[in-house]
Order: sequence, then C-alpha cells, then structure tokens
Amino acid sequence: MTGPAVQMRDLVKTFGGGRGLFGREASTVQAVRGISLDLKRGETLGVVGESGSGKSTLARMLVGLEKPSSGTMLIDGRPWEDLARSGTRAFGRTIQYVFQDPVASLNPRKTIGEILDVPLKLLCGYENTKRRARKRELVDAVQMPLDTLERYPHEFSGGQAQRIAIARALAAEASILVLDEPVSALDVSVQAQVLLLLQDLRNSLGLSYLFISHDLAVVESISDRVAVMYLGEVVEVAPAAQLFAAPQHEYTRTLIASAPRLETAESPA
Amino acid sequence: MTGLTVSPSVPRKRRSNWQLLMANRLAAAGLFLFGFIALLAILAPVLPLPNPDITDQPNRLLPPLSDGHLLGTDHLGRDILARLIWGTQISLIVGISATALAAIFGSLIGLVAGYMRGATDTVLMRFVDMLMAFPYILLAIAIVAALGPGLLNALYAIAIVNIPFFARNIRGVTVSVRNREFVEAARLSGKSHPAILFTEVLPNVLPVIVITMSTTVGWMILETAGLSFLGLGAQPPTADLGSMLGQARAQLFTAPHASIIPGVMIFALVMSINLLGDGVRDVLDPRLRSGALDRPMAVTKIRRKAKPAPTIENAPSLVVEHLTTGFDDGGHLTPAVKGISFRLDKGECLGLIGESGSGKSVTALSLMGLVASPPGLITDGAVYIDGRDVLGLREQELIALRGARVSYVFQDPLTTLHPLYRVGEQVAEAILAHQAVGKSAAKTRAIALMETVGIRDAAERSRAYPHELSGGQRQRIGIAMALANDPDIIIADEPTTALDVTVQARILDLLQNLRRERGLALLLITHDFGVVAQVCDRVAVMKNGEIVEQGVTDTILRDPQHDYTKRLIACVPELGEGQRFLARVRPLFEEAGA
Amino acid sequence: MTAYIGKRLLAAIPVIIGLSIIVFLVMKLIPGDPAQALLGSYATPENVERINRALGLDRSWPEQYVIWVGNLLHGDFGRSYILNRPVLDEVLERFSATLILAGAALLICSVLGILAGIVSAVRQFGWTDRIVTFFVLIGISMPAFFLGLVFILFFAVRWRLLPASGMYAVYGGGDLPDLVNHLILPAGTLAIVATGVVARLTRAAMLEVLRQDFIRTARAKGLKEGVVIYRHAFRAALVSVIPVIGIQAGFVLGGAVYIETVFQWPGLGQMLVKAVSTRDLLLVQGGVLVAATVYVLVNLLADVAQAMLDPRLKA
Repeated sequence: MTGPAVQMRDLVKTFGGGRGLFGREASTVQAVRGISLDLKRGETLGVVGESGSGKSTLARMLVGLEKPSSGTMLIDGRPWEDLARSGTRAFGRTIQYVFQDPVASLNPRKTIGEILDVPLKLLCGYENTKRRARKRELVDAVQMPLDTLERYPHEFSGGQAQRIAIARALAAEASILVLDEPVSALDVSVQAQVLLLLQDLRNSLGLSYLFISHDLAVVESISDRVAVMYLGEVVEVAPAAQLFAAPQHEYTRTLIASAPRLETAESPA
Repeated sequence: MTGLTVSPSVPRKRRSNWQLLMANRLAAAGLFLFGFIALLAILAPVLPLPNPDITDQPNRLLPPLSDGHLLGTDHLGRDILARLIWGTQISLIVGISATALAAIFGSLIGLVAGYMRGATDTVLMRFVDMLMAFPYILLAIAIVAALGPGLLNALYAIAIVNIPFFARNIRGVTVSVRNREFVEAARLSGKSHPAILFTEVLPNVLPVIVITMSTTVGWMILETAGLSFLGLGAQPPTADLGSMLGQARAQLFTAPHASIIPGVMIFALVMSINLLGDGVRDVLDPRLRSGALDRPMAVTKIRRKAKPAPTIENAPSLVVEHLTTGFDDGGHLTPAVKGISFRLDKGECLGLIGESGSGKSVTALSLMGLVASPPGLITDGAVYIDGRDVLGLREQELIALRGARVSYVFQDPLTTLHPLYRVGEQVAEAILAHQAVGKSAAKTRAIALMETVGIRDAAERSRAYPHELSGGQRQRIGIAMALANDPDIIIADEPTTALDVTVQARILDLLQNLRRERGLALLLITHDFGVVAQVCDRVAVMKNGEIVEQGVTDTILRDPQHDYTKRLIACVPELGEGQRFLARVRPLFEEAGA
Repeated sequence: MTAYIGKRLLAAIPVIIGLSIIVFLVMKLIPGDPAQALLGSYATPENVERINRALGLDRSWPEQYVIWVGNLLHGDFGRSYILNRPVLDEVLERFSATLILAGAALLICSVLGILAGIVSAVRQFGWTDRIVTFFVLIGISMPAFFLGLVFILFFAVRWRLLPASGMYAVYGGGDLPDLVNHLILPAGTLAIVATGVVARLTRAAMLEVLRQDFIRTARAKGLKEGVVIYRHAFRAALVSVIPVIGIQAGFVLGGAVYIETVFQWPGLGQMLVKAVSTRDLLLVQGGVLVAATVYVLVNLLADVAQAMLDPRLKA
C-alpha cells in the first residue's frame, strides 16, 4: 500500500459567520486553524487536548460529519471531496468513527442485531446469511456473548456498550478508525479492558487509529505517536515516549505537569 | 457520575404498560367510562332507539323519565336519548378525526423541521408561528367563516388550528433526538436521511406523539362541540352534542334538562378521555415512571431501626457509623450504601474513591440529609459532627448546620449554581443564611471571599451570572460559597471531574491551600486515584456500597490489601509508562477469564 | 434590555405581516363571487364588473393585498354592509368590552393558577394537591359554554345573586360596581379552564425545578425550606410559566367567543359569531386581525418579562 492512511494539509474549520437576517455578520469561531498531520498505515496516532482545542471537530471532519472550511485531506489515498461527492456510504466504507458516549450512540429502540445489520447491508452489501455470520463474528471479536444480538442497548453497561459500538465500526470493514474519547465515560477497570481490546483488534486486523482523548496517560498507553492540540492548532507531534520524556512546547509541559499522578506528595517520585 | 442517579442497577421485574395503566385507578376509571360511552356510540344503529330526527310537536319538552322517552324530548319533541347517543357518535368521530389530522400533519412538519434544521426549519416554523399567533379559536372561526358553517368545515378548522401545537412539540423532541449520537452513527453506517428520520428518529419520537394525541383529543372534542354550540358546526337536522346544547339553550329556563343532558355528556366524555390521557402520559413518560418528578423533601427521610447514641465523647470532626442509605421504590428498597463507617479528623483530608455505582456520592449526600427523598431513605447508622448525631436532630437544627459547620462543593458548577442570580448574590446568600449581618456587609464579605479563592476583579465578577463565567471560575464560586461561614468540614463531591486537567490542577491546589490555612477537614469524593494521591491523607475505597479498605493514602497506593483495590490501582495508567501499561494489565483480565 | 425589546419588536413585524397574509388568503378562499353576493338580484354583468373594479377585485392577488394593507394602515378596514358602519369603529368598540372580560379572566387564571400550582407541587400527593388536581381536571374537561349556562341557572335564576347577561344594568348602574357585578360570572367561567392549565403547568415546572442540582446547592447552603421554594425554585419555574400565561391570553381571547354568546356580553366574540352567520366577512376579517395583533403584542410582553427574569435569554 502506498501513502499514509490519512493526510491532512492546512485544515481549517470556522463555525458561524455568514450573514444574519438583517445582513449583519455573525460572530465566527475558528475551531481548527491550519492543521497538517499524517496518520500512517497501521499506526495509532494519539490526539490530546483540552476542551475547546478543536480535537473533536477534527475527528468529525475526517469522517465527513463536518465540512472543512479550507485545506485538503486524503483519506485512504482519496481526496475528501471525492468521498463527500459519492455520499456517506463511500465515507463509511473507508473510515469509521467511535463515539465518546457509547450509550447515546446506540438507538435505544433497536436490538444490537438490528444496529449491526445496517452497515453490513448498506456499506458491505452482504446478503442475509452472510450478514448473520458476520454479526456473530463481530460480537465474538469484541468479546461479547452471542445472545448480545437479541438484546437492547439499555441492558448493557457502559463498557459493554462501547464494545458493541466498536463492533459496529468494525462491521463496515473500513481500515481506518477515528476514536473520539472512546474510554472517557468508562470506569478505570473497564477502560483498561477496552484499551486492550482496541490494541488487539488493531494488531489482528491491521487497522489505523486516530485516538482522541483529554487523558494523557491513556493516550500514551495506546499511541505510537502523539499530537498535542491547543486552541485549534497542533503545537507538537512526537513519538509517544519522546513526547512525555522530553516535551518541547510550553503547553505540553503544562499539561504533563497538571496531570494527577499516583505518586503521593510524600513518596519519592 | 451525577450524584443522584447513582444506583446499582438491580434488575427488577418490569410491569407491562397495560398493567401500569390499570394500576392507576383514575386512568382505569377513565378507560371504563370512555369505553362505555364509545360502545354506546358505536352501537347506536342497533340499539332500540327512536329516530332522532322525527319531530313530535305535541310532545315537546317532555321531562326525563316520561313514557317512551327516558330522557324526555327537546323543543321539537325529538327523543333526547336517541339524539344524545347519535350526537355522541358524531362528536367522537369528529374529535378523533380532527386529532388524527392534526397529529399527522403537525408531526410531519415537526419531524422534518427538527431533523433538517437550517432553512427548512426556519420556513416551516415561521409558518407554524403565524398560525400560533392567532388567538386559538378565532382562527377556527375565520376558517369556518370562509368555508361556510358545517360539521366537516369545523373539523378542518379545529385540525388546522391544532397543527402548530403538534408541530412545536414534535419538533422539540426531534431536535433533541437528532442531536443524540446514534443518529450520526446511523449516517456513518450508510443510512440515508429519510431512512434515519423514519426508522431511527421516529420510533423515539412516537411516544411523544401518542402522549400529545391522548392529551389533546379531549380538547378537540370540546372545541368542535363549541363551534357547533355557536351554530358554526353541525347543521340541522344533524346534531352533535354541541349543537344539541346550543339549540336547547333558548329553553334553558323552562326545560333545563334539554341543555344539561348534552352538557353533562360532553363533560363525562372529555373527562374520561383526559383521565385516560393522563394515565397514558404517565405510563409513557419514563421520568414519571421512575419517580424523577417527585418533589424532594428538605431533608432525606430517616427511618432507622435502632436509635444510636445521640452523642459520643472525644469525637473527631466527623464520625460515620454504620450508615445505610437506600432508594425506596414503592416498598422495594434498593440499597446504595450498606453500613459504612469512617471518621475524619480535624484538618484531615479523607478521599472516598470508587467507580460509578459504588455509592460514594450517596454517602456524601447522606451526611447532611441531602439525598433526594423520595426515593432516598436512610435506614440505619449515625453521623456525628463534633460528637452529636445529626441524623437524630430536628429538621430545623440539621438545616442550620448545613453550610455553617459542614458545607458542600458539587461536581458540575454550571448546574449547581442558580442560573438566574448573580454569583455575588449567591455567595452573599450563604452568609446571610447563617450570620446576622446586613445585606451590604454580606456583599462586601462575598467579594472578599471571591478574592480568597483567586477570582481576579472580584467586585466586578460578582455581578456576573454563572453562564458568563468559565468552568474553573464557576467552581471557584462554588468553593467561595462553601467557605462563607468558616465551616469545619467541606464535603467535595467530584469537584474537578467536569474540568480540564490544567484547571483541575489549579482547583486542587486551591483546596489544598485553603485546607492548610484554615485547618479544614476535607472529605473528597472522586473516582480518580491521581487526585487522591495528590490531595488526601487517608483514603477509603468503596465498592457496591461498602468500604472494602481504608488507610493512609501512601500505604494503600503502594501496598493495597484488598483484591478490588489492587485491581483498581493496577488499571490506572501512569504517565511515562507508555505502552508497557497494556502489557502490565493484560494478565489481570486473562486470569479473570474475560 | 432596551436593545432586546427593540429586537423583539422588530421580530414581531414579520409575524403581523404574516397574520395579515393568512387572513387575506382565508378571505380569498371564500367560495362564490363577492360582487355577486353584494349585489344579489342586481347582479347584472355590468354591475358586477363595476363593483369588481371599484373594489379592486380585477387586479392580481399581490396587488390586491398591497392595496388592502395600505388601506388598513390608514385605518380603513372597510365598511360593514350589514351594520352600515365602518368596521374599525365597530371592532374597537366591541374589543374594549372583550378586553375587560379577557383581562379579568387572565388576571384570575394567572394568580389562582400559579398559587394552586405551587401549593400543589409543594404538598405533592397531599390532600391539597389532590383537591387542586381534582379541580384542574374538572376545569379542563368542562365545556365553558355549558358551565356558563349552569352558572346562569344557579346564580342568576335560582339564587338571584348575580345578573345573567349584559355588561351594565339597563336601567341605572353603569358605574364600576355595576360592571364588576356583571363581570363576575362571565370572567369566572372564562377563567376556570385557563386556571386549570396554568395550575397544571406551574405544578409540573415546580416539580421539575425542585429536582435540579442548584436546588440541592441551595439546601446545602443551609437555606430555610421556604427560601428554597420561593426564592430559588419558584423564580426558576416562573421562567417557564410566563410563556404559558402568554398562550393563555390567546385562550381567553378565543374562549371569550363562547362566554360572550352565553352571557350576552357585547364584545368582539359575540360580534364575530353574528358576523359569520350573516356572512359579514369584512367584519370577521377586521375583528380577527385586531384580536390577533393584540395577542402578538401580549406574547411580546411575555417574552420581555421572561428575558427580564432569565439573563441567559438576552444573549
């Protein structure tokens, strides 16, 4: 395969603007200001930042839920505009998204089987028997019992729901996954399990991850490289170990210093 | 993670909607009355009734219980019972049809406007606003005036007038459903917009449509009857209940029964539908079912099996003994905190840590009786503040302690501050609640407090409303409020969870400094071991409403004794550990057979 | 605040224009030829054409609309050919009577409804709550026109306590006590339904607010329960009750149609019903337009009051 999984150049996203009813210019917010980043194939690129840093906007542009104001993106070698023109299905087949709140991302009135059926039918175009077989494989891949398929979302805990959401993203057979705070809503022990699952899936299926989180330690534990975002810009990109051992940018240093650590004030660091 | 919704999800047998509806006595009564009336109306053609339109001048205005005329006759000698039953049929058909029309068109407008947003939304809703800008019945009158009086035209008029009501309601719900993530997830799964609207959004909006219909159908029957009463609806000889009443009005003084009978029928019909509609609403609205709309009492209900000693000697700041709190759900008690005990010395910081559902927030709120009740219920244990059991105090005494000796800092300062009062006022209010000072003195002190917690330009900022401040500033206001009366103990329930890490670090520093300066005891509720490590002298680990282990923070972090604690600490990724973290935790889950 | 009021006033203009368009279009829906109707047996083709030209009916609809609005702005609402009187004069005279009736009803329903709603919420499931809930249910299920008749039967006919009809006594009277005496029954009847609705929504709003986090904060501060309920909860609930009162203004204006018919109150509603049955369409048009415009302004007031209470809305 050639080229990176995702290539972003000078990406800008401005919200608001345009003209109001009486011709006044509405105020604008620049959520993303000129980002250039590559996600290599088979890599996990962590994106870390605080609220308002623009990291979610970046993710939503990648999967086609927002339209960039300017700049270019190549996703799996295809220009963003091409994908956008051929409709959401082209996007869905190339790149998938895992939401922060797993419970909100599953329709409460559909069974898990019905939810998983949609991408298999619309994105992969499988016929009935193949879909049934794939659904069982998917549920198995995220380490959930088979009867999961007949149940409704409210019957699952947050961690289980996130596994199901990951299964849905996998169903599309896209090789690139954007994970937007996938473990932030989970308790620590569940969080570790989901991180393990994500790592296993990446290794066995050869996926590329863009992993977004506000939690430095979580990002570090799963990422090959980490990009730090601040007020819509990437202030630093470096291999994970290097970034945390020798942060270059002032903001990165503040972030690292602010993160609570397990060593107590008295114990030797 | 919000304090009130923490309850271990004990699976309970869910009653079906039908059983729930029947359990509501008023709704059941409504259903039977409505069923009876509807049955009569349906059976009108086969019941042994005289022709309702045959006039019989000699026998006009016969009183009820006359021979052959059970309910008497009207001014043209027509049998009132026959006219009543046929009229009921017409009123029912017209009312229900009007509701169905309004529901279909209104819901469609609401769904499309709420889902599409943007220009479509603006155009549709502006149109709806125009219709709404007419005083309700006047538009119906204008429409009838244009189309000409008649039952069908009255039906159209009532339906049109009610479309905005449906459109607005349904749009509101659609917007909130549409913003849920599963809608975007369906997009990314390849669904088209119409498919999402009708297969993902509509099923979630449907209960609201049903609720709206069941609560408006009575109203629509009333309104069509009203138009007929005015002579604008059903035209002679056809009569619905409204026109019967309208025609009999002229003989109100001589033969009141001719007016009263149809009037009572309209009332009974509409009342039965309203009772049933309220019942349907209660069943379908999950908030009503869960009791989430019950009024919480000033103090948590306390029903302790045994009375503990009212005071204890030589006590530290806070002693909690065998505290047990649960949620009373119609006689069934779901325990949340199961007999926990701990103590907090003067000037000490104790961390209460646990995962969601561990009961840590319920514990924090139980101490001052702040668990919302119903359904909260304290069934056992004691809370000693300075050696006195506060759960045994009278309500007024307990309230006087709140914010004075023991104060709280809550999680999300945007929802925990009153949105309509300036932050300075809110801090001053805390002072005025416990100290006999003047308003302006309280204000000055509030500004001083705001300076203490590190708010710059405090005098000016005190005039701001909560929504005008950043999250960190709002939490500083929360802390200033907690400090207002120099308390001995501050209970902080996840005070930094809603904040960014850099802000969290500054807020934790602030709490730490204040504690040292003022000798405050701090009970810190958190799910984050990093926070505990930084701030707490001792820590208690909670799981399923019990404390599994407590001790000096340093010791517990380095050498946890309980399996649960071990596992919990092991699952926290450490900064600088990198990918070794996953390698380290992998065995934990493999041996558990996950 | 002034800026906000200005903004709301500006926003009301398109609504009022929209109202006028709807009224215009509804009148255009009328089947049959107005000239024909006007002329009756004199409707020779020449006469019809002359009338059409005189009334501007030979022009396109947009042109007709512009001319019509122009006339409205000059206070020319046309002439009622049944009453043989300018529409505007008749409408304004009638409307002042309706305003007295509807205003009194709105006042009663706001005060009683809010009080009942608060008491009902604070004593939820207690006996006061049950009584209020019971009366609310009767209120919203009772046809106002029937209740009016029952009241007349008892208060006016049987007990002879209050007058059954009219706005003033025919002989003598005409002063304020006389007006109030005549007002009690119709205003009370009109207010009953609206009171039920206001009480119900106030109760729901209070219960909703009492569950909010900031109420727990108020309790944690050690505020007395009365302060928590009236200063904290009620203030927040009022924000959602005010628009309900605005909407009730529309319900009482509309409900006045029945009440005025039942009690012979010489107001706009009674006029409208008569005008519809005599097909005096210019009168219907004028009456509906004036009432709707007033209703828009009342809701504008409600918006402003709401924004004064809630600083978040002013942004």
